[in-house]
Amino acid sequence: MLEKIGDEVLYYLEQAGRMGIFLFTCLLNAVRPPYKISPIVRQIHFIGHRSVFVILFTGTFTGMVLALQGYYTLRRFGSEALLGSAVALALLRELGPVISALMVVGRAGSAICAEIGIMRNSEQIDALECMAIDPYKYLMVPKFIAAIVAMPLLTSIFDVAGIVGGYLVGVSMLGVPAGSYFQEMYRSVVWADVEMGLVKSLVFGLLIIWIATAKGFFLHLERSGGFGAEGVSRTTTSAVVLSSVAILVSDYLISAILL
Amino acid sequence: MKETNNIAIELIDVERSFGTQQVLRKVNLVVEEGTTTVIVGPSGQGKSVMLKHMLGLLRPDRGQVLVYGQDLARLGKSQLNEVRKDYGVLFQNAALFDSMNIFDNVALPLRERTEFGEDEIRDCVEEKLALMDLDGVNEKYPAQLSGGMKKRVGLARALVMNPRIVFFDEPTTGLDVSRSNEIYRLFYQTQARLKYTAVIVSHDVPKIFKLADRVALIANGVVEGSMTPEEFQLSEDPNIRSFVRETMGPLYCSKEEETCGL
Repeated sequence: MLEKIGDEVLYYLEQAGRMGIFLFTCLLNAVRPPYKISPIVRQIHFIGHRSVFVILFTGTFTGMVLALQGYYTLRRFGSEALLGSAVALALLRELGPVISALMVVGRAGSAICAEIGIMRNSEQIDALECMAIDPYKYLMVPKFIAAIVAMPLLTSIFDVAGIVGGYLVGVSMLGVPAGSYFQEMYRSVVWADVEMGLVKSLVFGLLIIWIATAKGFFLHLERSGGFGAEGVSRTTTSAVVLSSVAILVSDYLISAILL
Repeated sequence: MKETNNIAIELIDVERSFGTQQVLRKVNLVVEEGTTTVIVGPSGQGKSVMLKHMLGLLRPDRGQVLVYGQDLARLGKSQLNEVRKDYGVLFQNAALFDSMNIFDNVALPLRERTEFGEDEIRDCVEEKLALMDLDGVNEKYPAQLSGGMKKRVGLARALVMNPRIVFFDEPTTGLDVSRSNEIYRLFYQTQARLKYTAVIVSHDVPKIFKLADRVALIANGVVEGSMTPEEFQLSEDPNIRSFVRETMGPLYCSKEEETCGL
């Protein structure tokens, strides 16, 4: 029994150590020359540009439901005029970064984990190493930089879409005056709220790409067996779950620190 | 056999275990420069593990892997990459980058490791693809090619930097006889032209012997032999004898056969 617990602890410690060294190596390679722009642009296109539609869509609906729920809650206290402020603060501080990060996990994180996992399984990563091409520099760094650049931008797009969605429901459907919707928003939102959202989105971007790439890269070392199509699917699932949990846990921690 | 004394690769008492299973126990092997060394052996005996040690993808638990006198286990990442600049590798399943077209696959080492312009890269890639009798495949993706063509693209990629040592991991596995012969012919031609040292891991006995200067058998984690194909086939070593008998039939093992003809 004790031996089993020890084995478990050692396994997780080893995994954590591996992931830590992986992150360090990626970040170190990111600041080391040579710098190649075109792979980074390609990855920003994949992680960022191709997520814009889903982010616009979910952002709008999140803003709409926030306005709907917020309106009926605020009306009980006779403060419907504060709707703009409630929608904007909830989006900027919490929902914008968290939901857009969860969307990016589902859309790009899973794809990146599967891509790297398949490359590992089909010896493509070994082939890179044998060609004296550093897989960290060649494969990981463009993805890391792209995620760190794209995530705050996507979050900002989500926030704007949400505010517009809130306007559609609150002002156009429920009759909150347009002036007070924006006036209250302008009055209550301060830079610290925007900053909190940006810090969160940066951290989430890093977490998503770290977990997705590391899980794929170390697929062959998975205890459950990372071989074949099933191994890739299992590892991708676990990367998505782990990323989602990490986003929610770190969301709490960042809020607690910054508030 | 080509006469040469320079040692390209030397394995000294290499040991390696995975968990409780010891795959390599005191493996010793010398690969001389300019020669072709073929490593044969039954499946699951550590051929690929041995190859991965030579490539620096695995590190031995004990022992040394020397490439031109440098111990791979003691090298840092950048020094290891320097050693690997002399390498070309043809993987068992070719390991082409499946999201890149054929041209980009072959061009990748040139783009990442040289300062060549696109024109020079195009010339080099097209020269190597032509050498492999591959025309009109530049824009295709690996999934659109047959197994034999993939191997030829893999060989073009392995040779594009004019390496000093080329490793072949089961170069003809999964190919029919004529496709295998094609790969052997290309190997023979390119080696004659580029003069590289070759290390081939293969099952294809006895055909592979025709290409070999040296043959080594790995069985039970130990390397036996490293001798000329003729010596290998006539060896008295019980492991080699049983391998030869198993793969080539009793023909070569009979006393009469050994004393007359061979």
